[in-house]
Amino acid sequence: MEASAIPTAWLAGLSAPGGVLLVVPLILPVVGLLLGLLLGGRRLGPFVFVLLSAGLAAAVVVAAAVVTGGEPMLYQLGGWSPPLGVALKADGLSVVLLLTSAVVTLGVAVYAQRDFRPPGARETRGSLAFWMLLLGVWAGLNTVALGQDLFTLFVALELLTFSAVPLVSLDGRAETLAAALRYLLFALLGSVLYLLGAVLLYGAYGTLDIGLLAVQIAAAHALPPSVLAAAALMTVGLMAKTALVPLHLWLPPAHAGAPPAASAILSALVVKGSFFLVLRIWFDLIPGLLDLPAAQALGVLGAAAILLGNLMALQQARLKLLVAYSTVAQIGYLFLIFPLAGTTSGPTWALSAGTLQVVSHALAKGSLFLAAGLIAKALGHDRIRDLAGVGRVLPITLLASGVAGLSLVGIQPSGGYLVKAALQGAAEAGGTWWWGLVLDAGGLLTAAYLLWFIGHALSGHGPHPATAKAPGRAQELVSLALALGSLLLGLLPAQVFELISVGRVPPPEPIATAWAGAFHWGSLAAGLLPLLVVAVLVLAFGPWGGRRRPGPLGWPAVGAAGLGSAVGWLDARLRCWPVAGFSLLALVLTLGVGFAFGARACVT
Amino acid sequence: MSSETLFGLCGAALVGVGLFGVICQPGALRKLIAFNLLGSGVFLLFGVIAKRGGGALAAAGQGADGDPVPQALVITGLVVAFAATAIAIALLRRLAGLNDQGRSEGEPPPASRSRSDGGP
Repeated sequence: MEASAIPTAWLAGLSAPGGVLLVVPLILPVVGLLLGLLLGGRRLGPFVFVLLSAGLAAAVVVAAAVVTGGEPMLYQLGGWSPPLGVALKADGLSVVLLLTSAVVTLGVAVYAQRDFRPPGARETRGSLAFWMLLLGVWAGLNTVALGQDLFTLFVALELLTFSAVPLVSLDGRAETLAAALRYLLFALLGSVLYLLGAVLLYGAYGTLDIGLLAVQIAAAHALPPSVLAAAALMTVGLMAKTALVPLHLWLPPAHAGAPPAASAILSALVVKGSFFLVLRIWFDLIPGLLDLPAAQALGVLGAAAILLGNLMALQQARLKLLVAYSTVAQIGYLFLIFPLAGTTSGPTWALSAGTLQVVSHALAKGSLFLAAGLIAKALGHDRIRDLAGVGRVLPITLLASGVAGLSLVGIQPSGGYLVKAALQGAAEAGGTWWWGLVLDAGGLLTAAYLLWFIGHALSGHGPHPATAKAPGRAQELVSLALALGSLLLGLLPAQVFELISVGRVPPPEPIATAWAGAFHWGSLAAGLLPLLVVAVLVLAFGPWGGRRRPGPLGWPAVGAAGLGSAVGWLDARLRCWPVAGFSLLALVLTLGVGFAFGARACVT
Repeated sequence: MSSETLFGLCGAALVGVGLFGVICQPGALRKLIAFNLLGSGVFLLFGVIAKRGGGALAAAGQGADGDPVPQALVITGLVVAFAATAIAIALLRRLAGLNDQGRSEGEPPPASRSRSDGGP
């Protein structure tokens, strides 16, 4: 009794206003960045590992303090209160991002110890650059999680982008440099739009603190035009950084070209940073937006991303491109929560589904990119059709890919399944069944391309691949650990899921009870049956056993080829720079006009 | 026309020119310069808002003749935009170096040459 009271009291003390604990996640990466130049690339790797372990511990303590305190932690830098000062705040949402970024970055740091250890005693610029940039990404993510000021968040986003862009071109090849440049220029366009929105809000209210702004905006009778314009500009700017279709032009070359450890960080975490700010704007800053019909537009774009991304992934000849297009699709799920937030379950329910998708996809995609990197390294290429025999050389890696795939497809008990169950439930409750159709189609397409890849890797008829460089056992195990984390996310204690409700209006039905009822054998069977059909189809159409040429083309094959080339054409057009630029402008206009009409209809 | 309106219109014009350049100009260097114009337009708008006052200090009954907070933010924004430009120039220089090297060795320039300019 006594022993349990002491840590609780200690945690309660931390969560009191003025808890300095929130500064720790910001200081740790900066300490690493400063000392890194002295330590050099060789000694920085182990040091980053130590820092990340400390960061994970700090994140766990913050989470425990927030949960036991039952309210958000607040810290005012220098004792200056907003609007003049800058506040840090940790609510349930921030804690989830802190924990996820610490766990995934730690996994990647373990993986990268082998890849970025300079041979012999010589220093290489590549390893120093990688570790410094990794710390930069981590610092950016932690600031995004804790920042409570729109301008602080702008700086955090830029830190994130400027650390992520050079990660793409670490190997210095012309293709990756071009991909990095394209990423940088488009991300800059997005950040200017975000900044313009922040400037408009400052002009209207004279503060940039999210808490103060939210109070003033909620007090107004109707949303004023400046707020609506700012919301449209900021949302679209952040969508460009998150690579939501049709603004995904930079993602496939950048994520597929980067070194494996960098791809994992970029795909798992960096795109989530900007999405996190979309959540902050829509759920915390201007919750009135969720009731406007324009929220449907975000859902439509999300559905388009799921279909386009999955159909493109199905056509890729290279494994890393397949995984990159899978990220394009999975980003779509994140945006499906916006049209479903206005349903009876309430915004907190939609928010928890979105957060769970962030965590689940971060773990699964991190694992998949690391596994793809191991395969590419062992074979010297990543052409899917020539993967035969990999299953014998890298069994653990392939197991990790399969387990991560279960979460991406959404099989029980993975985190991906809970996300789908939550979204399906909200869609049915709101009478909007078509979102459910998109979810089903997305799951089946995901299953198809993952089975395609795993089938090729398992077919043993090819020659035994000559392993150029045997992977480290630790690297394989990291990939497997992240995948297992994603699969077992659904089995976490029910109270963990209540974390999101801290500091918000709780949903009518506790999240834990709703999700505890999501698991039963009937739905497992119902979910697996379509997958079996897809598996049979993939087996039937695949050129297994060295048979390279597909059989005589029937009408289904012709239809599939036609659909594939049409989708490919559409994707190539959308990924042209001018088309993407005009889509950006058109989205700003559409959202702005949609907001304006919706707000007027709400008032009258 | 008051000076605030004039500067506000100038900022809007810069944003328009910058957006046109970033989206329609073919070369990456031109896009980068256009991005700087776009950023300057946004900073100018922020300056107009500062001149208009009405920020935190005005709410406290001080600083009626201008709000200093946006100036601090604009300086930070300028640093961020400068850093972005520096990274982009570094990438461009490396890319140009690789392309020149490929040409001097008699190899055909990389296939991604046209895409390296950021164009389609």
